[in-house]
Amino acid sequence: MNQKENFLKGFFKENPVFVMLLGMCPTLAVTNSAINGLGMGLATTFVLVMSNVVISLIKNLIPSKVRIPTFIVVIASFVTIVDLMMAGFVPALHEQLGIFIPLIVVNCIVLGRAEAFASKNTVWSSVLDGLGMGLGFAMALTMLGSVREILGNYSWFGFKFIDTDGILVFILSPGAFIVLGFLIALVNQFTKKA
Amino acid sequence: MEYIIIIIGTVLVSNIVLANFLGICPFLGVSGKLSTASGMGGAVLFVMTIATIITWLVQHYILDPFGLGFLQTVSFILVIASLVQVVEIILKKVSPPLYQALGVFLPLITTNCAILGVALLTIQKEYTLVEGTVYAIGNSLGFTLALVIFAGIREHLDLMDVPKGMRGMPIALVVAGILSLAFMGFANLVKL
Repeated sequence: MNQKENFLKGFFKENPVFVMLLGMCPTLAVTNSAINGLGMGLATTFVLVMSNVVISLIKNLIPSKVRIPTFIVVIASFVTIVDLMMAGFVPALHEQLGIFIPLIVVNCIVLGRAEAFASKNTVWSSVLDGLGMGLGFAMALTMLGSVREILGNYSWFGFKFIDTDGILVFILSPGAFIVLGFLIALVNQFTKKA
Repeated sequence: MEYIIIIIGTVLVSNIVLANFLGICPFLGVSGKLSTASGMGGAVLFVMTIATIITWLVQHYILDPFGLGFLQTVSFILVIASLVQVVEIILKKVSPPLYQALGVFLPLITTNCAILGVALLTIQKEYTLVEGTVYAIGNSLGFTLALVIFAGIREHLDLMDVPKGMRGMPIALVVAGILSLAFMGFANLVKL
């Protein structure tokens, strides 16, 4: 597999949300507006890239029996960094995302890429893989957040274009499940010709 | 009374899966059959309660006195991961029938965000140890309830004639949305 493909596969062919259905908890929970989705996506991207780099660097030093705990400690360290940085620089967004920032630790995408890709490939490929997967995740979250914000609040990235209340259910929790269901159906319709 | 309010609040009003979006992966993953759903629920009840008690003790007797609050994420996930291993070993030795029933679900629980989520929420809401324990039990009951209802619906869904693009996960998500809508009827029943 060449480097370009390592980067691009995260967007469409192996998109973590629409195709692989990983990391559903943050996907559904924080996407009540486009900006929250984007923020969560970028935070996850950072953790994904950094943990991929570290794990691909130390992959030969880790005995295979304790590799999963080692991965979790590496990931948890970067999540703590992101958590503290966001609390310092973007406190409003940090407040909005709340408990789901520490929960990046148990996001299956991060551990999944560490186990499936970074522990077997070179540093540079792992960076591209992490970046592609992370941005694919961010893209999916921003799409979901946009649809929910546009329908539920008649606004996009905080810019209100119809001055009334939206269809509230799309902002609330049922809307998350339903919109994601239809988005995946749409992706299936276009990709799976079978 | 206070404890009953916590239980009602966590099971019905702000259900952990349908309102708080924790533990979605097992909710979608193992809800194909009723028997696996109840097995998973039992395992979560077991681990979530113990994990919440231990992480509460870690937070209040180790992290807080030494000013190590920033190590919360790292220490909690390590406690949970090792706890799951220990529970698995003890169960195997002490109660083989229970191990038979829950065994396959235990390794999956480490990456179940509901466990870490509830442990963190208990600290965030500043519950006492007893309140925290009740909160964990309530949340795991809520998780089991949502999982069992959803599994029941999905068993029927297999027989339905669903449009091609909607088959599998999309229709399951739409069903979960409608289920979540139903649970919103309990809103404001109690204030949590």
